[in-house]
Amino acid sequence: MINIRQLNKFYGGRQILRDINLNIDAEEVFSFIGPSGAGKTTLLRLIDLLERPTSGTILYKGVNTAASENIRIETRRKMAMVFQRPAMFGASVFDNVAYGLKVRGEKNPRLADRVGKAIQDVGLAGYEEQDARTLSGGEIQRVALARALVISPEVLLLDEPTANLDPVSTVTIEKLIMKIIGEMNITVIMSTHDMAQGQRLAGKIAVMMEGRILQTGDPGLVFNKPENHLVARFVGVENIFEGNISSNSDGLVNVAFGPHVLEGISDLSAGEKVNIFLRPEEITLTPSRTATSARNSFRGEIMRISLNGPLARVELDCGFPMIALITRRSAEELNLQKGQNVYASFKATQVHIIKR
Amino acid sequence: MEEIGAAFVTALKLIITGDPEVLSITLRSIIISGSATILSALIFIPAGSAVFFSEFPGKKGLVNLINTLFSVPTVFVGLVVFIAISRSGPLGGLGLLFTPGAMVTAQALLISPVITGLSISALSGVRPEIKDTALSLGASRVQIAITMLREVRYAMAVVVLAGFGRAISEVGAGIMVGGNIRGYTRTLTTAMSLETSMGNIEFSMALGIILITIALFVSIIVYRLQRL
Ligand SMILES: Nc1ncnc2c1ncn2[C@@H]1O[C@H](COP(=O)(O)OP(=O)(O)OP(=O)(O)O)[C@@H](O)[C@H]1O
Ligand SMILES: [Mg+2]
Repeated sequence: MINIRQLNKFYGGRQILRDINLNIDAEEVFSFIGPSGAGKTTLLRLIDLLERPTSGTILYKGVNTAASENIRIETRRKMAMVFQRPAMFGASVFDNVAYGLKVRGEKNPRLADRVGKAIQDVGLAGYEEQDARTLSGGEIQRVALARALVISPEVLLLDEPTANLDPVSTVTIEKLIMKIIGEMNITVIMSTHDMAQGQRLAGKIAVMMEGRILQTGDPGLVFNKPENHLVARFVGVENIFEGNISSNSDGLVNVAFGPHVLEGISDLSAGEKVNIFLRPEEITLTPSRTATSARNSFRGEIMRISLNGPLARVELDCGFPMIALITRRSAEELNLQKGQNVYASFKATQVHIIKR
Repeated sequence: MEEIGAAFVTALKLIITGDPEVLSITLRSIIISGSATILSALIFIPAGSAVFFSEFPGKKGLVNLINTLFSVPTVFVGLVVFIAISRSGPLGGLGLLFTPGAMVTAQALLISPVITGLSISALSGVRPEIKDTALSLGASRVQIAITMLREVRYAMAVVVLAGFGRAISEVGAGIMVGGNIRGYTRTLTTAMSLETSMGNIEFSMALGIILITIALFVSIIVYRLQRL
């Protein structure tokens, strides 16, 4: 549907996007994920043809969008974007939603029908005559969504659709987006800085940092098998060690890091320099060394326990720092205290090893 | 002091009893300055918009020049229009000199920098997100311009009122090209300057009170509009 080739974007002398290559398929839900300033908004604006790349091409259904001004406008009219902070025209909700149809020359009674239905779809029936600028943040987001959807776009661009909303409104908007994805034959390209939201909504994600796409793929894959330590950090891998493979027997490897050794699964051979990724929620804590199927167990002192909702984040000193994430309830059952010694265990299959 | 007090009372009486001379001068003022404002707005709001929406070398300089002309002396505008419409001037054939039409022309020209300049600054106040939103929803360049003008409709009303305020309170240009002819081109300001010089303070004061009231009215409307 959309193919991006060697795209670069400069603002002034600063490079904002670096060598972006990307293929987005029809009816896919594709999400850019990355921290603030990564370039997500800039990339979405380029895809919506609001701005021109400094170099590189964007193909829409195989057509080069930079070919002529006419193609740019025609292609733009097949897409609709909901901005990070949607702006409302100084007019009623109805007129805001009707805008895209009016500029396309749609006339009553079809206009009123389609607008009415779009407003109903986002749950704002009855708000038609209200001044759109007096709406709440969540309502504005819904009007923006209706305003984009009413034109039946082939591609819907959503820039951080819930970034400015409270948790309740976030759930409402996410439900709406899921409904849209389910009911319409539409390609959705969105951005978020929330990994969990990416996993909930997207079929495919691209992790962006400092203007680059670091990894693209299925959300589960990116989440569990990050390709480098930047992606790993971003998706919540808090334990990252540098080591060397000391032996490999049929895929079960010993990895040395400092004076320590742990076991993992890898097809890399002995001598390879590697990064070791271990998610904190994969670690179990026990007061004594117990017999489990976990191949790895390290004794460490509890340095700090921080409670966060139903979870407890435990920082350990095992001769190297290690972070474990367990449920608050099990932390209470184990009666974990600062200064106490515990065993941190994890399976070889939970260690993710990549070449450094 | 007592004299001034007595003059003030007489002035109020003139207004309250609806003195026909006071009434007709007031009406004439509003009609002449109102027409000048409408004429100027019809030409110079589009002109200002054209400047705003187009890109050309020297645009910044032009905008600066327009803003400088906000306070162009009224007698200077009066002189220019006088030369243009006098018998031997380029527009002499129209026979406009010493007619209300001449006053409308002079006032329209006088407030044209205000109308043009304030239109440009009103449009500059539109948030860039509005333009992006319109563009993203498929609007053409012309449609975007219309959308932005609609966004600033209240600000444009303020622009028009500011123009009207300057037109109705000016005196120099009106006297020069209108001639201050009684019952024909005599307005609030030109009548005040004449009556005061003739020592007719009560009458002058009555007109002054009306002028101030109109100015007050205009600024109340402006204040209301700016809060919308
Ligand atoms: N018009 C512009 N002129 C100059 N710099 C810009 C412009 N737009 C964006 N930038 C810069 O480009 C970088 C990327 O910005 P962008 O808005 O794309 O990031 P983002 O990933 O959307 O961030 P956020 O999550 O905060 O929205 C930022 O450093 C920003 O300052
Ligand atoms: Mg952004």
